[in-house]
Amino acid sequence: MLQRIYDWIDDRVDVTPLWRDVADHEVPEHVNPGHHFSAFVYCFGGLTFFTVVIQILSGMFLTMYYVPDIVNAHASVEYLQSDVAYGMIVRGMHHWGASVVIVMVFLHTLRVFFTGSYKKPREINWVVGVLLFFIILGLGFTGYLLPWDMKAYFATQVGLEIAETVPVIGELLYTLLAGGEFIGAQTLTRFFAIHVFFLPGALLALVAVHFIMIRRQGISGPL
Amino acid sequence: MEKNHNVSRRQFLTYTLTGVGGFMAAGVVMPMVRFAVDPLLQADAADDMVDVAAVDELTEVPQAYDLEYEQDQGWHIEQVSETVWLFLEGDEVVALSSVCTHLGCTVNWGTDPDNPEQFFCPCHLGRFERDGNNVPGTPPTEPLHRYPLEVRDGRVFLGTNAQPQI
Ligand code: HEM
Ligand code: FES
Repeated sequence: MLQRIYDWIDDRVDVTPLWRDVADHEVPEHVNPGHHFSAFVYCFGGLTFFTVVIQILSGMFLTMYYVPDIVNAHASVEYLQSDVAYGMIVRGMHHWGASVVIVMVFLHTLRVFFTGSYKKPREINWVVGVLLFFIILGLGFTGYLLPWDMKAYFATQVGLEIAETVPVIGELLYTLLAGGEFIGAQTLTRFFAIHVFFLPGALLALVAVHFIMIRRQGISGPL
Repeated sequence: MEKNHNVSRRQFLTYTLTGVGGFMAAGVVMPMVRFAVDPLLQADAADDMVDVAAVDELTEVPQAYDLEYEQDQGWHIEQVSETVWLFLEGDEVVALSSVCTHLGCTVNWGTDPDNPEQFFCPCHLGRFERDGNNVPGTPPTEPLHRYPLEVRDGRVFLGTNAQPQI
């Protein structure tokens, strides 16, 4: 049955080459931990992507209960964590996953650095990778405010004051990020929008660029 | 004859990898799905009875009263106020919902000049008899709902979920 549905679609739009291209692509021996165990360091890029997917999925589900408003934000997080089935798990995935993403990005960057994979012709992908790192830091920073508790508030206070120390444009930057002269209702909605729409959009776009370039240029090595 | 039970290396890997991968994917997705469908599986809130009016205020003519109660909306408690039509049917107290059974507008008593002894819904000119039965030929297809009702010490107590009359 499934086979026939697949064939029917394939007959018309020829989808087989699309996934064949990915499925038949050989993993080079020097990055395959089955051949050389030490090659596991090449897994960190994929693990970064995996944790990003978990962040996006769990974040989408959190948004079903979360309210980006100063009156209700904290109460909604408390409710989804303590009263909704599996709330503690889904929030836990997002909460701990946020740190795991950073760790994975860091390990992936170390691998790229020590295998010299940033060298010609892969300079652009290093730059894209650095942008991805900043986007992920941005997601961590904006997400941290969302539970709207003391920790969230003062972490943002400190973060925005760091932004304010930027020469010349510091004060403008503060006002732009806080949505006003102080951290309040407008900061929360702004951070929410940045956290769930702007940065994930940019993240997915750059991840696509990252992967397309990897297919074009192949994995570097062996050493 | 012994059947050939050999499993090729490729088949073995396909089975084990899809199996293990399936478990891992389920482990990630299952909590999120259960989280999302939680409203379907939450027990209905207990229906408390609310004091609405004194029996001696009531007459044969339906009068509007406010049924006020707290509704648990997760992280928020909503103060709900519903309009209820109360009247006497002999010695019996009747409490009709003001929600039109057509598409949910609010019905009023006697506001249609041609039918002063009926409930009238302005949205699509739906009408109901005093006992709540819908007037045939008007849009509503069932009688107005009734509230669960108790009289204690001369006061009328209503449940918060009006029930169909049929
Ligand atoms: C790499 C991607 C992401 C990272 C690193 C990240 C990071 C964070 C962090 C650190 C928090 C605070 C959690 C806590 O204090 O418990 C948070 C909260 C939140 N995030 Fe994300 N996030 C990411 C992607 C997303 C996406 C794509 C969405 C939605 C589409 C999302 C929706 C939310 C929501 C609704 C909250 C508030 C609920 C809560 O605090 O538990 N996140 N995020
Ligand atoms: S909603 Fe009352 S008549 Fe249509």
